Amino acid sequence: MTTVYVPRDAGALSLGAEAVARAIARGADSRSQALRMVRNGSRGLYFLEPLVEVDSPGGREAYGPVSAADVPGLLDAGLLEDRPAGTGGPAAKHPLALGRTEDLPYLKSQQRLTFARVGITDPTSVEDYVAHGGYRGLERALSLDPAAIVQAVTDSGLRGRGGAAFPTGIKWKTVHDQAADRKYVTCNADEGDSGTFSDRMLMEGDPLVLIEGMTIAAVAVGATQGYIYLRAEYPHAHRTLIEAITAAYGAGYLGSSVRGSGKRFDLEVRLGAGAYICGEETSMLESLEGRRGEVRVRPPLPAVKGLFGRPTIVNNVVSLSTVPVILERGAEFYRDFGMGKSRGTLPIQLGGNLRRGGLVERAFGLTLTELLYDYGGGSASGRPLRAVQVGGPLGAYIPASQFDTPVDYEALSGIGALLGHGGIVAFDDTVDMARMARYAMEFCAIESCGKCTPCRIGSTRGVEIVDRILKGIEPGANIALLEELCETMVQGSLCGLGGMAPFPVQSALKHFPEDFRRARQ
Amino acid sequence: MEALTASQRETVRRILTRMRDRPGPLLEILHGIQDHLGFVPGAAVPLIAAELNLSRAEVHGVVTFYHHFRHTPPGRHIVQICRAESCQSMGAEGLAEHAMRRLGVEFQETTADGAFSLHPVYCLGNCACSPAVMIDGELYGRVTPARLDELLAQREPSK
Repeated sequence: MTTVYVPRDAGALSLGAEAVARAIARGADSRSQALRMVRNGSRGLYFLEPLVEVDSPGGREAYGPVSAADVPGLLDAGLLEDRPAGTGGPAAKHPLALGRTEDLPYLKSQQRLTFARVGITDPTSVEDYVAHGGYRGLERALSLDPAAIVQAVTDSGLRGRGGAAFPTGIKWKTVHDQAADRKYVTCNADEGDSGTFSDRMLMEGDPLVLIEGMTIAAVAVGATQGYIYLRAEYPHAHRTLIEAITAAYGAGYLGSSVRGSGKRFDLEVRLGAGAYICGEETSMLESLEGRRGEVRVRPPLPAVKGLFGRPTIVNNVVSLSTVPVILERGAEFYRDFGMGKSRGTLPIQLGGNLRRGGLVERAFGLTLTELLYDYGGGSASGRPLRAVQVGGPLGAYIPASQFDTPVDYEALSGIGALLGHGGIVAFDDTVDMARMARYAMEFCAIESCGKCTPCRIGSTRGVEIVDRILKGIEPGANIALLEELCETMVQGSLCGLGGMAPFPVQSALKHFPEDFRRARQ
Repeated sequence: MEALTASQRETVRRILTRMRDRPGPLLEILHGIQDHLGFVPGAAVPLIAAELNLSRAEVHGVVTFYHHFRHTPPGRHIVQICRAESCQSMGAEGLAEHAMRRLGVEFQETTADGAFSLHPVYCLGNCACSPAVMIDGELYGRVTPARLDELLAQREPSK
C-alpha cells in the first residue's frame, strides 16, 4: 500500500491542499487503489505547495505544486503504484514530478535541527514522533540533575529566538534558583511580526517537539503547569496543538507523572485576542491572567515574579522547540553550528516579494544576498529588489547596498538593524518608503497598549507628520520634527513597541531620503 | 445598551459557570461568548463582572483592549484582509481597496444585507504566499482581486 503525504499546514491549505487531498482520496477510491494518507506539516518550500509526496524505497518522491485538477493525471501516470526498489516511481516522468524530496536543492543545503521532523511526520502521532527520534531529549533530561539540564542549555549558546536574543539558559537558571510553591513554563506563541511564520509551521508540523521542549523546561526548573499563549489568528495551529497535547497525555508524556518519573506537568493552550503587544513578555503574562495586555515595569523579571506572581519561564516557540535536540545530541553539537556569539541554527523565513518564499534553517552566517537570491530566487515581480525589512514591523529597512550583511545578531546590529524572530520581507523597486514609514507609525498607533505617552501619542503624531511630508508641506522642517519624535519614542518608551517602532522610520529616512522629498497627489 | 435575549443570557451563564474557576479566566470567557454568540454583547459585561468579582469598568477595559472581540453582531461571513508589510509588498493595499469597492463598505463595517463583515488583520503567518486573506477561519494565499471575487461568490452566490 502506498503512503501519500498531503500537508495540513495552513500555508499549504491556503493554496488548495485540502482539495488536493480530497481529490486523491476520491481518485484512489474510484480506481480501487489502496492508500494511506498522512496529513503532514509543510517542508517550507511554499513555492511548491501544495507539495504531495509519495513513499518510495529510495526516499520520498515529491510532486508540486499540485492542484486538485492535476490529480487525475497524476493518478493515471501511476502516482499510487508500487515502486520497485531502486527506481523512480512510475509517475516520475509527470511534469509535476520533482524527484526525491531530499534532493531538492532548496532543502538539501539546509541544516534542519529544530525543524528536523517538520513535513516528515504525522504531526499529532506520538508513535511517529518517537519513531523519528522524538522524546529522546526528555528521556535524557529525566536522567539528569535539574541543574545539569539548565547547564546544557546554557552551554549550547541558545539565545531567545522570539527576537530579544537573551540567553535561554540564564533565564532558566534564574527560575531554577527561585524558591516558590509553584512555577510556570509559558510559551510565547504570539507570532505577530509580519514576515514570520516559523512558530506556526512548527506548531502545525511538529507540535510534539514544542511540548517536549516545555516538558524539559518544567523538569529543569521544577514547574508543574505550562501555558502556550497562541495568537487568535492561528486557528489551524490551535487545532493541531490541542490534538497533540491530548495525544501526549494519552501516551503518558504529560500529566501527574511524566513517563513515570513522579514529576507532574500539565499543559494547556490559551488564545490571545488580536493584540500585537501581547508578544511582549510581560504584556503576555497580563493577558494570560485575563487582563488588558499592558506591559509591566521590570524589575521584577518574570523569571522571579511572573505569571500569578510566581517564577515563570517565558520562551518563544522556536527556542523551546530547540531544547530537545540540545538535550539529545549535547550542548557541543548545537554550539558547533553558527558564528561568533550567534550559535546554532536559525529558521529564517523568506516572505514578501520573492519568487521562492519559504523556510530556510541554516547555521547563522548566511548573507542576505544568499538568502534573497540563492534561496529566494529574487523578486516575484521580476523587478529589482530595493529593500528588505528584517525582524518584523519594528525592524529596520535595509537597502540593496547592504545585502552582503551576514544574518546574525551582531552583524545586523552593526548596521543599525535587528534580527528579531528571523523574518525577512522583500520589496521591489515600486515600494514607496515614505509610505512604509507612515505604516510603521500607524501600526504602532493601532497596537500601542496605551500605557506610556511616547508610544501612545507619539505614534499618532508620527502618522500626521509623515502625512504632511507626503503632501509636500514644509518637508525640511517636518523631516527634522519626525527625526526628533523618533528619538523621543526610542528613549522614552517603556517597551520595545514604542521604543523600536521608529527603527523602520529612521532607516527609511536614512537610506531612502529621496522618497521623503517628493510630494504625492 | 440592548438587553440580552433569554437564550443569550443562558449561554453567558453557562460559559461563566464552566470557566469562572479557571486561573485568569476572563479572556477564555470572552472567547467562549464570542464563539457562541458571534460577538460580546455590552449587556454581558455586568454579568461577567458580578461573577468574577470585578468592576464593570475592568471587564469593559479588557473587552475593548483586544481587536478580536466584536461589540456588535457580525455579518454571516467574516473577511479579514492582511495589511502587514509582507502582504503590502505583494499588493495588499490594492486588494483591500478592491474589497471595499466591491462590498461597498470600509474596514470594520458589515454590508447592508448582513452578508460580509470586512476587517483588517496584521499578519496571518502566510507571508511566503502573500497577499493573504482569511474568510470564516479559512486561510487563502496569493489572493488576486479576481480570486477574492470568486471566494466571496462561493459564499454568497447572489452577490
